[in-house]
Amino acid sequence: MELFITRYMKLQDHRVSLNGIVEHASEAESVDALFRSLYRYYHIDYPKFSKMDNLCKLAFLSAEILLQGTDVIQKYPAEQIGIILENASSSLDYDQKHQESIRDRNQYFPSPSVFVYTIPNIMVAEIAIRHKVKGENTVFISEQFDPELIDHYVSELFRNQRVSCCLAGWIECYGDHYQSFLFVIEQEDNIKRFEGLQEYVILNPLNMEKLYKGKSI
Amino acid sequence: MIEDLILKLKKEIVEELNVENITPEEVDTDAPIFGEEGLGLDSIDALELVVLLDKNYGIKIQASKEGRKIFRSVRTIAEYILEHQKK
Amino acid sequence: MGRNGSQLMVDVFVGASNTITSLGFSTAEHVKQIKANQIGISIYPGGNLSPTPVPLSLVDNRQLLDLFREYLYKTKPDLQLDFFTRSEMLHILSIADVLKSSEINVKDPRTLIILSTLKGNMDLIGGDICVPAIELDRVYLWKWGEFLGSFFNSSNKPIVVSNACISGVLAILIGSRLIKAGRYDHVIVAGGDILTEFAVSGFQSFQSLSPKPCKPFDAARDGLSLGEGCGTIILSRHHSLCGIPEKIVVAGGSCTNDAHHISGPLRTGESFYVAIRRALREASLDPRDIDYISAHGTGTDYYDETEAKALSWAGLERVPTNSFKGYFGHTLGAAGIIESALAIASMRNREIFRSAGFENPGTSQQINILTDHAVKEVNHCLKTASGFGGCNAAAVFKKI
Repeated sequence: MELFITRYMKLQDHRVSLNGIVEHASEAESVDALFRSLYRYYHIDYPKFSKMDNLCKLAFLSAEILLQGTDVIQKYPAEQIGIILENASSSLDYDQKHQESIRDRNQYFPSPSVFVYTIPNIMVAEIAIRHKVKGENTVFISEQFDPELIDHYVSELFRNQRVSCCLAGWIECYGDHYQSFLFVIEQEDNIKRFEGLQEYVILNPLNMEKLYKGKSI
Repeated sequence: MIEDLILKLKKEIVEELNVENITPEEVDTDAPIFGEEGLGLDSIDALELVVLLDKNYGIKIQASKEGRKIFRSVRTIAEYILEHQKK
Repeated sequence: MGRNGSQLMVDVFVGASNTITSLGFSTAEHVKQIKANQIGISIYPGGNLSPTPVPLSLVDNRQLLDLFREYLYKTKPDLQLDFFTRSEMLHILSIADVLKSSEINVKDPRTLIILSTLKGNMDLIGGDICVPAIELDRVYLWKWGEFLGSFFNSSNKPIVVSNACISGVLAILIGSRLIKAGRYDHVIVAGGDILTEFAVSGFQSFQSLSPKPCKPFDAARDGLSLGEGCGTIILSRHHSLCGIPEKIVVAGGSCTNDAHHISGPLRTGESFYVAIRRALREASLDPRDIDYISAHGTGTDYYDETEAKALSWAGLERVPTNSFKGYFGHTLGAAGIIESALAIASMRNREIFRSAGFENPGTSQQINILTDHAVKEVNHCLKTASGFGGCNAAAVFKKI
């Protein structure tokens, strides 16, 4: 059965696009300011946002942009929705922040609210908590966005009915460099059943690469 | 004396624990700070308070054993600090 | 192989394994030490890893360097020892040991290496290591993975999984699933973490380290003990190449998320229970079919309590269960692989081991924690894991 990308977003170069259409461009000067401004722009009310590191803020915002105003994943049982993400830098920003906090034995105060963010899968947790997603969840680390890995692995998850819906993509954030490309994957049968098949994108490495690079399918 | 400490603590809690949507002056001195009715602090915040007490006041505590009582409200924290402060 | 390929009935055999911790440099050595009730956790007096004394399980560094030097001399005499980080030495020795014991060709395009780790070259994070031979960008996990893959001339770039403390079990499941999908015939699953001040201080900030060697599931448990280590295990669709005579397969597995809190577990145990239930279902087994459980059991209050609830909920409260962490601590990215390798050793040798550190039941749902080593026929084994970020994983190994 065919798998489709039914919804996708990108956040890059201070521009937000949803399903290929730029819907917001920010004038914010820094990454911190950008994330703060997007939080306000999308009218998000989530007190824990301010405690997140930038990687998790990016993941959280990306999922919010992707899913706000739609019930696309709510149609599925929570344990049947997966989150499969990739990035290159893992949690390096906060790794270095934590390392810095223990550099001087005379000022030795490691912080749990920093340390908790020194593993990359917390970005999955933040999305899962917000959207109540309880299924298969994995973070892969690769130098660049690897659509083949997502294609092979997510297809296998669907084939064996481990997931009925999956959020997947690339969430990378280190220093000033950030990039996110997050999308919803659903099966043909479910799309027909719920909404009628529209111009969705067939899930394969080439199509993922095209959407990621902003090329037409 | 305790009032100064209470205000200082409120500033530290709001700033160092990244508490949103509230100024230090608005924090209720005697209200529970944990749980949804309080400042929405959670288990990681409790551990951060332990670090705060160590870093700013030189006091070491075990979050799991003593934390619940000490961290009940800003006032209880201030009272504990005044009792135990080394630096 | 297309999406509709008929790979459903592929068996994924578990093969040769290697295990490196404070207890030794092979799975056989670990079994010997565990049988002799050796505990590899000892009080680190304070120093580079921690300003204050703390129980840790550390790999014998002198032996590591000796073994690696010897290995390098035999295989790549033109390379210098100081070209490699500690993590890389561990992984290379571990993978090499496993390759020696099997017929798998690591250069085959149908062979994949999957690496499981939390922090990889943890000691490169501060940029402090001033060894010119080591490129600091091997702090990137993908670069670390690529380095290891190219050491073995692997045809495929290794896949790197970094998913908190379930990484090891998850890597085994991912390897198994990719074989079933027809992508690869063999997967070498390797994983590990070294310990530096980075990890020790972090867990100290969570007040989750016990001042004594950890006591998983025990009433007096008061925290975990960190360990460093590396484990490797072979998965293959070809039993004849996998390196062990017994036919043991990855029969099922599942990974779930609590969707509750970023560091504390969902204390009802529900999400953990779902992972266990799904793994059993995929393996076509009932709870009463499980002969032995290698639990996650870290020795922390909430995580052990949650796991006991989940196991009990799944109807597994009578199954002989242990945690290996009382022997060599919580080895983070290595844990799931090392502990699975030892669980499989139990299946092969028909012996299960007492849960070191356990004396009195300490969870609200009582489960059957092993207090002595025992002879037991183990045909079906469950391995569980959970970690920061609310993730849970369960794998079922079956003798066929």
